[in-house]
Order: sequence, then structure tokens, then C-alpha cells
Amino acid sequence: MDETVVETRGLIKTYGRVEAVRGIDLAVHRGEVFGFLGPNGAGKSTTISILCTLLSPTAGQALVAGYDVTRQPGAVRARIGLVFQDPSLDDQLTARENLEFHAFLYNVPRAERRRRIDGVLEMVELTERAGSLVRTFSGGMKRRLEIARGIVHYPEVLFLDEPTIGLDPQTRNRIWEYLHALRRREEITIFMTTHYMDEAEQCDRIAIIDHGQIIAQGTPEELKAGVGGDVVTVTTRNPALAADEIRRAFELEPAVDGSNLRLEVADGASFVPRLVRDLTVPVSAVTLSRPTLDHVFLKLTGKAIRDEEVDQKDAMRMMHQRWARRR
Amino acid sequence: MRGEAERLGPQRAAVSTAWASLRAVYMIWRRDLLRFWRDRARVLGSLVQPLLFLILLGTGLSSALRAAGGSTFAGGLDYQHFIYPGIIGMSVLFSSIFSGMSIIWDRDFGFLKEVLVAPIDRSAVAIGKTLGGASQATIGGLILLILSPFFGVHLGALDALELVGLIFCIAFALTAVGVAVASRMQSMMGFQFVLNFLVQPAFFLSGALFPLQGLPAWMTPLTRIDPLSYGVDPIRRVVLSASGLPSPLIDRLSLTLLGQPVPILLDVGIMLAFGAVLLAIAVVNFRHQQ
Repeated sequence: MDETVVETRGLIKTYGRVEAVRGIDLAVHRGEVFGFLGPNGAGKSTTISILCTLLSPTAGQALVAGYDVTRQPGAVRARIGLVFQDPSLDDQLTARENLEFHAFLYNVPRAERRRRIDGVLEMVELTERAGSLVRTFSGGMKRRLEIARGIVHYPEVLFLDEPTIGLDPQTRNRIWEYLHALRRREEITIFMTTHYMDEAEQCDRIAIIDHGQIIAQGTPEELKAGVGGDVVTVTTRNPALAADEIRRAFELEPAVDGSNLRLEVADGASFVPRLVRDLTVPVSAVTLSRPTLDHVFLKLTGKAIRDEEVDQKDAMRMMHQRWARRR
Repeated sequence: MRGEAERLGPQRAAVSTAWASLRAVYMIWRRDLLRFWRDRARVLGSLVQPLLFLILLGTGLSSALRAAGGSTFAGGLDYQHFIYPGIIGMSVLFSSIFSGMSIIWDRDFGFLKEVLVAPIDRSAVAIGKTLGGASQATIGGLILLILSPFFGVHLGALDALELVGLIFCIAFALTAVGVAVASRMQSMMGFQFVLNFLVQPAFFLSGALFPLQGLPAWMTPLTRIDPLSYGVDPIRRVVLSASGLPSPLIDRLSLTLLGQPVPILLDVGIMLAFGAVLLAIAVVNFRHQQ
């Protein structure tokens, strides 16, 4: 479990004056599901593109499966599987033909090609649709087929760039079931990017990236333990005044986020009654919760992961896909 | 299921790059033909334009010339018969250009990425696409050859064989142009531009519709730098000599360089050299893409 299969040292990528990735050090162990978490534009896709040899870094080093991504890109490519953010299937071919094309390109020996393709089709439950043109598939089915295609050639590392983006929650859950099944079945390391906190919780380890830098790395539990205790959220119409009162009464520094105040306390259950008693400002709601990765992110960056923006991008992506299908 | 996967395990045959690239060329070519076969309606559609030229323009001008001159186009040769080789060239030209467009589609719809990240040499992409497009264009030309009796053209088996070989060479060179252009291009819009400013002039200057001798001084050089001229010329020579025309007359209707008729082998050599250069450009472009 301790063998490192993806490693970067001081990875930097700049576009002109824009620094997309600013010195990233990562170590991913063989066999784990590693989540790369961060808002859009944080540098996730740039990093994953460098690891997949699609972009060359401006400075620093990256090793994947023991090979340097800039000096031995061919060796890296042969040992990784890829699921892109945007679809990359040939929708005029059938599911099986897409897989055959891939298996052939990646040199899966002829003797096992057919059996292997049957195996991955079964894993993503597309056996019955193997002979259908991909054009007729739903977004979720296409994504499943892409995951199947990503592992046909027995990669050591499977990279997934936002594998569940643009999918409905139910389909997202199924994709996760496949990923967990995949890990049980094969010796594979999964490296994925996501901006969904609940998905990051399912990873063995995660790295949080913001503005091109890694700001935290560890298991979800470790990161949450870093927040300390419980999280109390107070909703009020006068957050400034409430913050003042809390500062004076409890000597705590609340984080203000719109009309919400967020506090970290050691024992939430005993704190809430005292809080309600001491505040003079009208309070519309008080919520007590265990820390989530959302809180971790909020604490580290001082802001929530920007979901609205993401939703808009998703909507555009889906529109594009619809347009693509209509062609 | 689980046991099986474990037994297979991660394994990768150590294969030489040259062999892997050849396999990739084959696969990319095969995919093109699969799509071609799936899209038979398009194949038939692509024959409409050449057939319109042959049937309507050919018949119309044949009659007009007969009425005007009281005789045929040249030495007993019908105009329709004359343009038949040119129309084969036209069909090959347009279908080759279409292969270029298919690369831009692949880029738009993401599939090109799947090919570009594969552990293969990028030259395989350019070569596979060129051979795939050339094969499709050749099939189109073959259909026109099969229809030849309807246009008063009668070919022996050997002539037909020679023509198929010629058509493939021309298709290869022209598809290389399409692939080279598409290798640099990001949008369909740009391709439209290329179509209007390169493809249409190439067609009209190629001698497909009129002989390339006795033209105004400004036009002659343009026809000689048009690669398609060297594609239409050998097809016409073979078709006309198969129809039993005397060779002085054939020379009079064919392409000349510095006043000398161009032998078929030189035509083909120029075409293939041109294709090889464009293919090399496409390979370089694909290799430098990120």
C-alpha cells in the first residue's frame, strides 16, 4: 500500500503570465482512490493533463508508474487509462467497436481481447447494449462506457477528470458503485478530480487544491479532524452585530458568510443552549453539525466551493452534448 | 469474474514501435471504412454532384457543340466522353476533402483526443486518416467506373485495373492535402474557406471540363501548378486510348509541360511527391499537438 505510483515534485505550469499550477507535490500510493478536490479553475485539469502527458510542465517533475511524463511519455501512456471531462467516444460506432478500437491501439493481445472486452462491458452493465451505436446512449451510459474503455488495457493508474460532471445524482451514485467494484476486481490506482465534496468523501485520500497550490492533503478523516470539534452555523438578519456579541461573550472568531456565521467549538451540544441564551440579535436558525469537507475547504480558503458557477458550466456542457447528439 | 481478472493481471506485450504504429494505421483506416459503410446514404449522396455534371452538363454541352459546330467536340469525341475522366477527378477531389472535414469533426466531438493520447506514434494518425480517406475516394471513383458504359465509355478489364490504381494514387495525394489542412484547423468555418478558395479553383483549373492547351497566358501557369491537373491527365489518357482514339489527338487534349505532353508516369510521380510532402506536413502538425 505504500508504493508510490504517481509522484510530482515542484510541478509548475504557466501560460504567459498566468500561473495555473504553482509548485505541486503529490504522492499517490498504489491501489488507492485518490481525490483531487478544488473549485473550477484551481488547476485540477491542468495537473491531470500533465500527468497524462497531454501538457508539458513549465518546471518540476512528474512520475507516473515509474516513468517521467516528459521524458518517457510513451511508456506513461501505455500504463494509464483516461476518462476525460468531455465525451471522447465515436458515436457512429457500437460500444463494442469503440472498445475494440481502444484494445487494438493499446496492444491487448488478440487471444484475450474479446474476453477482456466482454468483462469490462459486464462490469459497467452494458453487455446487452454492446452492439448498439453509441449515438443512441444516454449521458450516463456513455460515461460508463468510457470508464470501461479506460481500463480495457489493464492500466496501472486510471485518471478520471470530473467523471460525474453533468450527470444526475442517481447516475453519479452508480458511477461510484462501478469505481468501487473496479477497485475490488483489479489491481488499479484511481486518480480523480472532482469539485463535489460528497464524492471526495468516498476517496481513500484527497488533496485540496486552490489557486494552483495544494493547501491540504490526507484522508478525509484527517482533514476533518483538522477542523476540530463541531461546527455551529447561526443564521441571522444582522450577522455583523451577532458576530460582535459572540466575540465578546465567548471569545470566538466567527466566519461570516452572507447571513451565516460559522463557529468551531469543542462540544456543540453544550454550546448551543448558551449561545441562544446570550444572543440578543434575533436568530432564525442554529445548525449543529460534524465537520464535513465543505467546512475543511471553507476553513482553509475562507470561501465555499463555488457551486453556482459550476452548475452554470454543467448546464452549458449539457447543452453542448445535446447539440452534439443532434448533429 | 474476479478470479479471471486476477489471473490476467496487468500485462503488456513489449512490441516494437514500428509494429505498433502499423497496427494503429490499420485500425484508424478500418474505423474510417466502417463509418463509410454505415453511412451509405452519404456515399450515394456524394455521387449526385458528379452525375449531374456528367448527365446534365455533359449532355447539354454535347448537344450545343454539335448544333454550333455541326460536329462533335474533337475528332469524333463527344463532350460527355471528354469530361468523364475529369468528373472522376472531381469526385475524388471532393471526397478527399471530406476526409479532412472528418478530422475536424473528430476534434469537435472529442474522439481525436482518444487517438492522440494512445501510446502510438502520431504519424500513424496522419497516415491512417490519409489511407482511410483515399480508400473511400477510390470506392467513389470505382462506382463511376462501373457506370462508364452509360456515358459511352467502354473499358477493358486491364484499363479498369490501371484506372483504379491511378485513382488511388490521386486520392492519396488529395486526401493528404485535406488531412494536412485539417491538422492545423480548429473549426468547420475555416474549412469552408479552404473549400471555396482552394478546392473550387483546383477543380476548374484541372482540365476536368476543358483541354488545357491554347489557354490565355495568365491561365496556363495556374493550371500547371494545380495538382489536380496531374490527376485528371493520366485518367483521361487511359480512358481515351481505351476508346481507341489516335494518340496525336489524345496528346492534343492532354496536359503539356514546356510544350511536351506529360507521360503518365510523370503525372503519377508528381502527384505522389506532392502527396508525400503534404503527408509529412500533417505528421509534423500532429506530432506537435498537445
